[in-house]
Amino acid sequence: MNSAPVLRVDNIDVFYRDFQALWGVSLEARQGQIVSVIGANGAGKSTLLNTVAGLMQPQKGMINFRGEAINGLDAYETVAREIALVPEGRRVFTRLTVYENLIMGCYAKRARGNRENNLEKVYELFPRLAERHNQMAATLSGGEQQMLAVGRALMSEPQLLLCDEISLGLAPVVIKEIYQRLRQINTDGITILLVEQDIRQSLKVADHAYVMLEGRVVLEGDPSAMPEEEVKKAYFGV
Amino acid sequence: MFDLAQPVLNGILLGGLYALIAIGMSMMFGIVKLVNLAHGDMMILSSYLALVFSTWLGINPFFVLALTMPVMFVVGYLFQGILINRVLGKAMEPPLLVAFGMSIILQNFLLMVFTPDARSIITDLATLSIVVTEYLSISVLYLVNFFAGLLVIVLLYFFFQKSYLGRAIRAASDDEVAARLMGINTRRTYGIAMGIAMMTAAVAGMLVGMTFTFYPHTGPQYLIVAFGVVVIGGLGSIKGTFVGGFILAIAQLLGAYYFGPGIQLLSGYVVLLIVLAIRPQGIFGSV
Repeated sequence: MNSAPVLRVDNIDVFYRDFQALWGVSLEARQGQIVSVIGANGAGKSTLLNTVAGLMQPQKGMINFRGEAINGLDAYETVAREIALVPEGRRVFTRLTVYENLIMGCYAKRARGNRENNLEKVYELFPRLAERHNQMAATLSGGEQQMLAVGRALMSEPQLLLCDEISLGLAPVVIKEIYQRLRQINTDGITILLVEQDIRQSLKVADHAYVMLEGRVVLEGDPSAMPEEEVKKAYFGV
Repeated sequence: MFDLAQPVLNGILLGGLYALIAIGMSMMFGIVKLVNLAHGDMMILSSYLALVFSTWLGINPFFVLALTMPVMFVVGYLFQGILINRVLGKAMEPPLLVAFGMSIILQNFLLMVFTPDARSIITDLATLSIVVTEYLSISVLYLVNFFAGLLVIVLLYFFFQKSYLGRAIRAASDDEVAARLMGINTRRTYGIAMGIAMMTAAVAGMLVGMTFTFYPHTGPQYLIVAFGVVVIGGLGSIKGTFVGGFILAIAQLLGAYYFGPGIQLLSGYVVLLIVLAIRPQGIFGSV
């Protein structure tokens, strides 16, 4: 695949007040790829995704999506540019029903007209959500909430789907199912950027992988060509 | 036994008005965890607005609502957008202080413009009543208050449950970050919510202005009523606000009936204390 990158993160620095979480991080994702970012807890993976989504702003560096600079935009504005984030910890609206959660996903004007259509697609992808249609999101199981979070993100018709630790705290069967769905979503042409602590699943599906350590990218490449020893060394920083 | 019917009936009718006074404060607490200490003063501001408009234009105060409600919406939107949003999410105290400051500014602004004289909005309704039996008559104005309160609260309920914007406001209050990820401009949403809360204050302000006399410093008196209602009913619950209004008003009027008018306020707050002791989160509260 030699298409031009849709997402280009170029040398960004991100701070939490005085604490620098990202140090000159660069990353690329090409159209239709699944790109995986792995790293231990606190490596800055979530910060990276949150910054791309607009929840945080880089102090330095550029973020380009489809040739347009998107740093400086708030999260509600990046949605309009067809980027959707499935946040860490799922963050479904617990006091809203499954249906209400999903329709919130297409709040962006661009997607509003296709609400019924998108809803049908999401229900097709996750039939369990259709069964739970009128249930409060708080009453769902962890796996179902994760499906809801992914479905809700898809409602905005994204071109780039950012997924933060979607396997965290889920049973292996559920993780397998969610990854299958991600592949399915990807075959529809949606570029996916995955962040995981769990290396195995995410490297299996990825076309390209980055390893992060203490706020820096320390290794990148085609995951099938990455020697396991080297990944381990980069991951743990030994 | 028959003479008990009058205070209970009046209590129910007054309860509708109390709920209307409290609903704007209750919904803002539910949405942004703001205790709007300026709510009573905002309401009195709209009483004065209604007074000015109805005197100048010489029209029925009810038609004046078509003016005061949009004006109060804008006031609320700007209050939230310019002041409250800035201090939101840091801690509980800064928004509280900003609202308290707003309350003082409003009272003194009203004092400067309108002098400390007692005012009331003149309406024919005040003199009308329906005689049911020898022991029971219904004040038409109280009846109007009750149904206005009921109507506003039912409309609000459906707005939040069924409309897209209402659901977005609930989503933003549930998880602000996730709401932004959905494309919801949460700051703007909070502004709209405050605008709507102030529209309910506009209706309450007009009815209070017709039913009782008011001064620039009357606001805090109704703020305390609103507090009583939401504490009894449960903060942030629309149903709870309605029930809280009834309980507080009936407690007040029965207290006045049995022990004399001087006990009216006291008996209301004794009931409030009892509810607090038994169910601190309020009857419909979830916290």
